[in-house]
Amino acid sequence: MHKYANPNQFLRIANPLLPWLSGLTILCIGVGLYLGLFVAPPDYQQGETVRIMYIHVPSAWMAMFCYSSMAIAAAVGLIWKHPLADVAAKATAPIGACFTFLALFTGSLWGKPMWGTWWVWDARLTSMLVLLFLYLGYIALVNAFDDPTRGTRASSILVLVGFINVPIIKFSVDWWNTLHQPASVIKMGGPSIDASMLWPLLLMAVAFTTYYLWVLLIRIRAEIIGNKIRIARLKQVHG
Amino acid sequence: MIKDFIDMGGYGAYIWPSYGVTAVVMIVMLVTSLRGLRENEATLQSLEVSTEDKS
Repeated sequence: MHKYANPNQFLRIANPLLPWLSGLTILCIGVGLYLGLFVAPPDYQQGETVRIMYIHVPSAWMAMFCYSSMAIAAAVGLIWKHPLADVAAKATAPIGACFTFLALFTGSLWGKPMWGTWWVWDARLTSMLVLLFLYLGYIALVNAFDDPTRGTRASSILVLVGFINVPIIKFSVDWWNTLHQPASVIKMGGPSIDASMLWPLLLMAVAFTTYYLWVLLIRIRAEIIGNKIRIARLKQVHG
Repeated sequence: MIKDFIDMGGYGAYIWPSYGVTAVVMIVMLVTSLRGLRENEATLQSLEVSTEDKS
């Protein structure tokens, strides 16, 4: 495990993955968009607006997946002082925030024609908005200290406390009355969605996941180099 | 045919902004991340060169 904590060791493994991740992302987005926009039928209740699902649902999944990854990385960083875990958490936050924003934005554009409103203060939408603020709070906190280790510690604790929000988002549609529809893919008894709609949805979900990993590796590399810059500058000052 | 596709059964005004903003956000995220990496790489290289000069 600690072998991979060495940033140079990590880069040797991560760098060859980059072209595969970028290729897979572009391929899955291409096929996913083709199936979602041209092949998949309109929904019998929601008409063509159902096509917003192919970006809305993967965004919302990724918003929660990124936050869960951040929580795991923050815990590993706090407990084992794993330097790469802290870097991974910091690199994930802006990507997760983007996905959360997209889930809210596309959801709003889907809500207006289907529910008759851009926004309702129900449990699903409100807890998703809280998730966005958790991401933004983390980003602000992790960058707020001159000493990066103090910022990492405080922000890791914030991520772990905020993790309680993730199961609330997932189960909010079952626990409380809402305009939002319940889960139709990840649920007991298997997906209740037709294959013609499930395939583009899953392809877009794969594409968003590989996109996340792709951008994550780029940002981790930038962070590792940023740490080297800090050390090089300290050496210059202290001779 | 193309007009029908853009119209999306009257819901084009909701569907296309969803796709458009998603594309813009994801591309901007990727490009700024790549640019940050390139900038850091250049900074580190210039630092390494300047320390070599001293020694």
